[in-house]
Amino acid sequence: MISMLLKGLAALGFIAVSAMFLIWLERKVSAWIQNRLGPMMTGFQGTLQPIADTIKLLLKEDIVPNGVDFISWWLAPFFVTVPVVMAFLVIPFSAKWIILDLNVGALYICSVTSLCVLGIFMAGWGSNNKYSLLGGMRSAAQIISYEVPLLLSVLLVVMQAGTLSMQGIVHAQHNEWYIFKPHLALAFIIYFIAATAEVNRVPFDIPEAESELVAGYHTEYTGMKFAMFFVAEYTNMFIISAIGTTLFLGGWQGPFLPGIVWFLLKAYGLIFLLMWIRWTLPRLRMDQMMSFAWKVLTPLALLNLLVSGWFMVN
Amino acid sequence: MGELLTVNMGPQHPSTHGVLYLELTIDGEIVVNCKPHLGYLHRSMEKIAENRTYIQFIPFTDRLDYLASMNNNLGFCLTVEKLLNIPVTPRAQYLRVIIAELNRVASHLVAIGTFAQDLGAYATALFYTFSDREKIVELFDNICGSRLTYNYMRIGGVSGDIPAGTEQIIKDFIAYERKQLKEYNELLTYNVIFLARSKKIGILSKEKALNYGVSGPILRASGVKWDIRKEEPYLVYDKFDFDVPTGGVGDSWDRYKIKLDEIEQSLRIIEQAIGAIPEGNPVSKVNRVFRGTGETYMRTENPRGELGFYLVAEGGFNPYRCKIRSPSFSNLSVLSELIKGLNISDAVCVLGSLDIVMGEIDR
Repeated sequence: MISMLLKGLAALGFIAVSAMFLIWLERKVSAWIQNRLGPMMTGFQGTLQPIADTIKLLLKEDIVPNGVDFISWWLAPFFVTVPVVMAFLVIPFSAKWIILDLNVGALYICSVTSLCVLGIFMAGWGSNNKYSLLGGMRSAAQIISYEVPLLLSVLLVVMQAGTLSMQGIVHAQHNEWYIFKPHLALAFIIYFIAATAEVNRVPFDIPEAESELVAGYHTEYTGMKFAMFFVAEYTNMFIISAIGTTLFLGGWQGPFLPGIVWFLLKAYGLIFLLMWIRWTLPRLRMDQMMSFAWKVLTPLALLNLLVSGWFMVN
Repeated sequence: MGELLTVNMGPQHPSTHGVLYLELTIDGEIVVNCKPHLGYLHRSMEKIAENRTYIQFIPFTDRLDYLASMNNNLGFCLTVEKLLNIPVTPRAQYLRVIIAELNRVASHLVAIGTFAQDLGAYATALFYTFSDREKIVELFDNICGSRLTYNYMRIGGVSGDIPAGTEQIIKDFIAYERKQLKEYNELLTYNVIFLARSKKIGILSKEKALNYGVSGPILRASGVKWDIRKEEPYLVYDKFDFDVPTGGVGDSWDRYKIKLDEIEQSLRIIEQAIGAIPEGNPVSKVNRVFRGTGETYMRTENPRGELGFYLVAEGGFNPYRCKIRSPSFSNLSVLSELIKGLNISDAVCVLGSLDIVMGEIDR
């Protein structure tokens, strides 16, 4: 019991540190891409900038706009943050560093991460702001659509490994990472695109499209409530990269270095890829994105599943 | 049809390019009706002109289209010179051409960057174009001591000669900018998502463009070959060899692409002008005080289109009436027709491609 509690606290600590690191990294990566320096004043290369930001957000007034649907408005940040924390239960950081190796780990993590949309929709609905409402609606449509190809590509990994346990999937890649098998490489590409949409990153950042909807569903939030959305967003990025690492990139396995280092290297590598994409590409339009999900990604994932399933059986 | 929703887009909104206020009626995400409201930046420029001498009004023209101050200065000075028959020295004419074209490049760079930003390309294109523009702005800072509102043109010439070494800086800039234009083509122009977002969005037909009095790059993007530098050459534009690029169908992508093409043409003009610049005085010997009678209209090709000044003089030190025909105002008037039936995202895209500056719309 106490060990579980400690593990939970460690996960919370990791979430906070990781989110701060990612916020710093995003600012630095964007700065490098745009020929500027990024934060430089706070600490070496601005490493203390996220702490300064956190202190600033803590001191901000918590504004409650007029006419909000108070319960859903107030609960939304928690509904966004809690699933993120729950997902950490089954992420295998190394051979031993996993809170609980559930025998339905892959299923659990996919179902938990898709709960976020509830909070986003509550925020959009409860804010009594038209931009938030549009953002919330867009988000609900987007996340539900991209869930389908995402799960189909995860399903293929599960079929290949023959287990739903996250550690089991990592062990199944002992000889060869799944990304090097052609049908799973395709599944990885589908997974990565769908996951990008799942965490509302460019080119799928339609729910919070700044130039159209100001800030989408979190337009009306201030102070720590806003910070919770922010932390959830960045931790979600880490989670999808961690899932991608576990399912396709061999998890914590790798030569010489300890498992945890390999795991973090791979996960942050994927995050860097996400950031690179974000600071380069423009945004898709809502209908283009939906038709891409239903007319391209889902049929492709289904076909991939069918064909490779047939080969696996024979 | 579902329940209609009214969204007040602006006057404070990230992508309304200043203080434009659009009253959008939307059905889901589709724009059913759009009503632009103006007046949030009104400073009664035309009335101010009636209460200032001709020279005193030049700094006010800086604040019309604040991205192309030099071109506004030029337009006003040319009008006064035409009204009062004031000669301009040959060197000043060449300097004016170089400066005006450089400012056109700077203005188009801002337009390209902000258009990419409107399409959701987070700030990267914006930073690239702005750091290019920064070179021009620094150059203008050296020439006239100011970075945004230059007040450089004078009636009869320019306020001062360019400092030594400026020619070389401009030549370096031309080579650098040609390289950058290729980079923009790679980063934006032929990007699949960029094409999907801007091709066939907000098509402005040739007839509609002419009917609404649209001018400048937006008119040319619709396929009308109309450039005042060619049609009614002022200064020494008739001495230079340059093309008037035109677009294909007049969609948002054409309106974007034409700006890249025009930057290339402007660089060509600058290149020729810098080689042929004559020696002499940068300003002709004129009186300190101007007065005269008569009325005149003079139009120049601003980065955003046709900028016209209509001046009436009745013998006093001040103009009796000054009417400013600003290109952005006419260009904005097609907006509500273009975005009806489009998505909100497309509405932002069309607005960005029209490239308006609120300073000269409200005046």
